[in-house]
Amino acid sequence: MSDENTNKAISRFLLHLHPPRVNAQAIKYTRTFGLGGIAALLFVLLFITGMLLRFVYVPSEKGAYDSIVYLQQEVLFGQLLRNMHYWCGMLLVIVSFLHVIRVFYSQSIYNERRKNWLYGLLLMFLVIMSNFTGYLLPWDQLAYWAVTIMTNMLSYIPVIGDSLASLVRGGSEVNEGTLLRFYHFHTGLLPLLMVFVMSIHFWLVRKAKGVSVADSSNKEMVKTNPELVFKEIVVALSLILLLILFSMIIDAPLLDKANPLESPNPSKAPWYFMGFQELLLHMHPGFGIFIVPVLVTAFLIYIPYTKGTEVNVGVWFNSQTGKTITIWSAVYAIVFTMLIIVGTEYLLKFQNWMPDVPVLITTGLFPLLIYILPTYGFIYFLQNKLKAGKIELIVSLVTILLCAYLVMTFVGSLLRGEGMHLFA
Amino acid sequence: MSFIKKITRRSFIKRAIITIVSLELIYVFVNLLKKGNDSQETSKLFDAGEIDTFENGKVYPFNTERFYLSRLKDGGFLAISTKCTHLGCTVQFKNSDNKFLCPCHASAFNKHGEVLAPPATRALDLFPITISNDKVMVDTANPVKRNKHNRSQITYA
Repeated sequence: MSDENTNKAISRFLLHLHPPRVNAQAIKYTRTFGLGGIAALLFVLLFITGMLLRFVYVPSEKGAYDSIVYLQQEVLFGQLLRNMHYWCGMLLVIVSFLHVIRVFYSQSIYNERRKNWLYGLLLMFLVIMSNFTGYLLPWDQLAYWAVTIMTNMLSYIPVIGDSLASLVRGGSEVNEGTLLRFYHFHTGLLPLLMVFVMSIHFWLVRKAKGVSVADSSNKEMVKTNPELVFKEIVVALSLILLLILFSMIIDAPLLDKANPLESPNPSKAPWYFMGFQELLLHMHPGFGIFIVPVLVTAFLIYIPYTKGTEVNVGVWFNSQTGKTITIWSAVYAIVFTMLIIVGTEYLLKFQNWMPDVPVLITTGLFPLLIYILPTYGFIYFLQNKLKAGKIELIVSLVTILLCAYLVMTFVGSLLRGEGMHLFA
Repeated sequence: MSFIKKITRRSFIKRAIITIVSLELIYVFVNLLKKGNDSQETSKLFDAGEIDTFENGKVYPFNTERFYLSRLKDGGFLAISTKCTHLGCTVQFKNSDNKFLCPCHASAFNKHGEVLAPPATRALDLFPITISNDKVMVDTANPVKRNKHNRSQITYA
């Protein structure tokens, strides 16, 4: 293909997504790490590999597992195809998560980007739902019990919990109906919704005049083609190459066929829900499933609507103080969460000490207070000691939540063995 | 109350129509998903066997029917569901420890199905037992939820 044709192709397609000229600061790799673009590319890869997998997969209790085995053993490059889809899906969860963290810490969620933060959170939710519905489809022991655990979590939501759980499952247990249902969510409704929300997400980025930059007074512009397009192509091609290599070496897991009569020991939720499962070991499900997640979600939605503050849009961690605070909060959260996990595992047994008090208080309220009170003290200390503003305290709180979840995910998925015992 | 002043007749009617149409669509969709629930049987009696075949103080597994038949020291029967009340994993009876253990989150229950170790917060579900012609019949379609164990839940021959 001649250079002229290449340019034509680029300007006909890519320049409808990008403006003809972009701010020189915005296309530095360390500004965005290309995370949003990588997530979009992964979505496309998942779409293509998913389309191909549909030709072999049979969404029924009898046929699902066998069709996966057939795919892996009989179909040319079948195993590679499944691996690609599997690893793209896992990577999409990680990349979207990092993308959320990046836009938060670079303070790119305020003012005109407010609405896009909400659409971003919605997309993150849809990504996790897609991954989770796909998790059941192989119909092996791993899938069956992970989904059993997750759908039973729903039943702890007050009032609507039980009916919601059986609505999702289509019955009182995970069965063929659940499989068919999840299959249609995974291959139909969710991708369709995601295409819509993604379009809005991209459009709002353009509307906010592109990626946020640290120094908005510096308006040095460069041509999108070739400056940005070249970078995008390099990242995309190396990502695809790495993914293919990775999928050639490491196979997607497939355990024995699902057996509703026997839970494997230990049974674990998908790894991105392991933080939740860990929380559930220490806390009443009413708190772990409902109160805590609702509070955290409400807080995340509230962040860009904080009033009476001066935000340095585009500046990492808002300021130098913010940077110090982030580091200290991370250290605090990691150490304190570890201490609490080990503490509640071996020492603090409120339920045994006070068997007459309702479990909602002994295993719900007490653990929550034990976590919140010292954290409140810590944030109060930061505020006085470092003269931190409201935005910096929000940065601190998000860091604590983030690190606590990461620590719980780490402990739950890597440090727990048989019978979910610590260090087993 | 500035947001109320913003509502005009035109915008009110427009929003009302949009709300009604979306509620209707949601209602239809939820009912579509509910369809799967109807196929359940209302009652299914499982014949566990003659009374005399069960020794006092022992627990008998009925894996395929998903319950354990626990005969207590005084001869009473309990049909205990294997579905953990925490998050629905299948509990297993460990003869060596004399308790039900859940492999998912390490909950433990005693022979009556009472909670010995959290995170489970309520006792294991029971299936209703009827005894006719010296046979133990278990209704495996209707698990009974309970918070704590009490003597009225035990069935005697």
